[in-house]
Amino acid sequence: MRKANIKNKLVTATINGYKITVPADTTILEAAKQAGFNIPTLCHHPDLKPRATCRVCLVEVKGQRRFQTACNTPVGEGNEIITNSQAIREARKTMLELILADHPQDCLQCSRNQNCELQSLANEYQIRENPFVRSAQNLPLEDSNPAIVRDMNKCIKCGRCVEVCQEVLQVAAINTAHRSGDFCISTAFAESLADSPCVYCGQCIAVCPVGALKEKDDTAKVWQALNNPELHVVVQTAPAVRVTLGEEFGQKPGNITTGKMIAALKRLGFDKVFDTNFTADLTVIEESRELLGRLKDKGDLPLLTSCSPGWINYIEKMYPELLPYVSTCKSPQQMFGALAKTYYAEKAEIPPEKMFVVSIMPCTAKKYECTRPEMRSSGYQDVDIVLTTRELAQMIKQTGVDFAALPEAEYDEPFRVSTGAAAIFGASGGVMEAALRTVYETVAGKTLEDLDFKMVRGLGGIKEATVDLAGKKLKVAVVNGLGNAKVLLEKIKAGECQYHFIEIMACPGGCVGGGGQPFGTTKAEKERRLEALYTLDENSTLRRSHENPAVTQVYEDFLKKILVSNVHELLHTYYTDRKY
Amino acid sequence: MSKLMPLLSANFGKIRPTSVEEYVCTGGFTGLRKAIKMTPQEIIDEVKTAKLRGRGGAGYPTGAKWQQLYDIKHSPKYIVCNADEGEPGTFKDKRLLEKDPLRVIEGMTIAGYVFNAQEGYIYIRGEYAAQQRVFQEAVDQAVAAGYLGENILGTEYSYHIHVMTGAGAYVCGENSALLNSLEGKAGRPRVKPPHLAEVGLFQQPTLVNNVESFANIPTIVQIGGEKYLGYGTPESGGTKLICLSGTVANPGVYEIPFGITLRDIIYDEELGGGPGAKKKVKFFHLGGQSGPCGFLSQLDTAYCYQALREKGLSVGSGAIVVLDESVCVIDYLLTVTQFFMHESCGKCTPCREGNKQIYALLEKFSQGKATTADLQLLQRLSNLLPKTSFCGLGQAAATALSTCLKSLRSEFEAHIAGSCPAGVCFTKQGSGDR
Repeated sequence: MRKANIKNKLVTATINGYKITVPADTTILEAAKQAGFNIPTLCHHPDLKPRATCRVCLVEVKGQRRFQTACNTPVGEGNEIITNSQAIREARKTMLELILADHPQDCLQCSRNQNCELQSLANEYQIRENPFVRSAQNLPLEDSNPAIVRDMNKCIKCGRCVEVCQEVLQVAAINTAHRSGDFCISTAFAESLADSPCVYCGQCIAVCPVGALKEKDDTAKVWQALNNPELHVVVQTAPAVRVTLGEEFGQKPGNITTGKMIAALKRLGFDKVFDTNFTADLTVIEESRELLGRLKDKGDLPLLTSCSPGWINYIEKMYPELLPYVSTCKSPQQMFGALAKTYYAEKAEIPPEKMFVVSIMPCTAKKYECTRPEMRSSGYQDVDIVLTTRELAQMIKQTGVDFAALPEAEYDEPFRVSTGAAAIFGASGGVMEAALRTVYETVAGKTLEDLDFKMVRGLGGIKEATVDLAGKKLKVAVVNGLGNAKVLLEKIKAGECQYHFIEIMACPGGCVGGGGQPFGTTKAEKERRLEALYTLDENSTLRRSHENPAVTQVYEDFLKKILVSNVHELLHTYYTDRKY
Repeated sequence: MSKLMPLLSANFGKIRPTSVEEYVCTGGFTGLRKAIKMTPQEIIDEVKTAKLRGRGGAGYPTGAKWQQLYDIKHSPKYIVCNADEGEPGTFKDKRLLEKDPLRVIEGMTIAGYVFNAQEGYIYIRGEYAAQQRVFQEAVDQAVAAGYLGENILGTEYSYHIHVMTGAGAYVCGENSALLNSLEGKAGRPRVKPPHLAEVGLFQQPTLVNNVESFANIPTIVQIGGEKYLGYGTPESGGTKLICLSGTVANPGVYEIPFGITLRDIIYDEELGGGPGAKKKVKFFHLGGQSGPCGFLSQLDTAYCYQALREKGLSVGSGAIVVLDESVCVIDYLLTVTQFFMHESCGKCTPCREGNKQIYALLEKFSQGKATTADLQLLQRLSNLLPKTSFCGLGQAAATALSTCLKSLRSEFEAHIAGSCPAGVCFTKQGSGDR
């Protein structure tokens, strides 16, 4: 309403005496930035709505009795805004002191030490002593699931995680509860995350400014395996990790660090460093076959992708009645684990019980996925441990290697070769694009001229495309983030869904925005990372999964020689109704 | 001459509260009958002329509020009556709801007509279960008699009133928190902008007024804004329901014209009747726990918006709690602060953490452990809460503290020095009895 009226209106104001002219709905925070003044924020996150609850971004507006919060207050015509008066500095400092009085003082032992928004502000505002009474609580840690640890003692009640869970992902596992000093972020009836709708996507962790939310730290188990001479320890790296790991070492978002990452992993002591992209190609082959099979046999359509473990948790908990639509293909991580402990074990003559498979994933839900009882087709847990990008960075730092100075290394055989189609698995729309390349060429029997399906790229919520498959129209959609899934799932339930194939990724942006990626991720970082993935694709000599000779070789050497039911057991899975 | 002026309270105890017949006999619904022959703008103009100010506590000019909503061309619009009377020491809305609910219904219906609203909601606090029943009965009777519901008074206009309730959170008296609660969400205040006139109940433009504000509307329409204004002062139109409690001989609800003095209110035989023979007034608390404390030197201030404001006081909800010399200011402020500590919704830092710290500091005073540094810290927090808090609750939580720090500072200093002038502190074991 009013928004429409003021749309193109400009307002002029001064910030610390500097004149600015900005569109009428610009916040003081944004306007000040344009004028060259940063205003500190704590509860605010650039991708989320302003909450104005921490009261750190206070500013003075001349003529107004109260201080205003810069994050949500629009600049008014003629405003004289002061962002750094003595009164404002003191008010901000008091807000920080009040928050710190209710916060544990164990920064040195905290997982967010030196990477904490509260700690940075405390330092910036020179908080050296705190006059207020300490009121931090001693609540038990919630770490009863394989993926996410909640330490509510450290929670500063900014509410970012709630917005992400409620509104962005629309999972609604957590919300605010109680009042006053008891005010907290909680699941319904304070149940454990496992008993909540939580899908372990870790988006709450990604936006947490402090150490209240974190992934379960599995680095010690990996060190233990690496130091065990009895074990053959192999590692696989997900498509999205190579374009984000550099950020942990001060590099720009979207820096491609594949070679250095492999070199670092070798220096950590892994016996073999493999590429999940290999099994991403394999997934494309299997999933394309499944799609074509369902199209031919009039099976359950639309086919829903199954790569994102957060999404799988979601459908099992929220829409179990739609599980027949989900592709039976395992995720690339789990296909890899199954092949590592069978095909590779056989080839390398290492008994699977002596093999330890580690995954480096951009994801926290993968930590849960690898513990699923159905993910033991080798007879052992196929993937032993999943580390996030952040955990890997931590381990690399501990080895003392100079990441930037590392030489480039290459992946090991037999899972060395992968295609550009696999590279873009880390992007929302990437699985779809990769599958379309293969499905098209399989059905049309001719080479695809333009490999880029740009309609399914980018950060849009629901992306659509129609592909002409030898006269038949294939309608596809890409769901970017769980928050956009409900609309389509309801349509499927109502029998009104026109699509044949739908890709769904739990995290906005896909794996580049995963819950295990470096902290401080915003849309801007995601866009740089996506660009990097598409660059990898463009620069690949092979850009179609079905062209991957190593994949063909696995079929020839191994998969075609074993029983069809065994192939299914290795590469496919089943789902369970876990209705919440 | 009587200091009372019963406009809103004229029917209290004289008619059966839910009887439309008896309400009509006393002139009830003549305001509505007149209103439906007027244009909405004419009605708004009368409210402006009356200089009616919001009776919930903030004192925002009602006419201006109505004009802002009227100027928004969007439908549907909703009418909400804030009957979440949670301010301690305040019980005047309760009286209106139980003694003359049809007057509130008439006011809400006139507002509905002005904004062409189809639905009105009254949010009555959870603790007022009996009043909810009376109000619902009154709504039903009004519908049966054709003053509410479909085709009101034979016109095309239809309007329904829904009686709603909460679970008893003080913060739901904050209008945006009230709307969240009405929608079934947790009662926490919303981020503004957007303002409720633009994005209110169910995301639609909404009018939220207090019970007493609505109760004034039929009278204003009936007698005209100018005559109504004349009952009060040139700046504060009409009358006010005040709630007297504490150390006074005659506690209760009284309707007074704006302009009589605080001394009249507290000491006049027709009103408070003074603190009693052997007691002496020490201070008084205006407008509820969120309001300022006043002191003996301010007794001759006229009770109206402007004069009180000039003295650093305010009308607020209309509560007047009188405290005598047996009360220790520290002990009293501990009670006030504990209230806010309990009722803070917890979302913003100054209110959630600040009240906790103020309480801890006051406890140090009451235990004889406070230092000059503690006094300074108390001063710092009392300065900051009003300037930095998210909503009215936090902004007002330290008002009493601020006024006491200013006018009774010597009593704080006495506690630092180890004596409690009222002889209340240092005798208790901690704060276990709170």
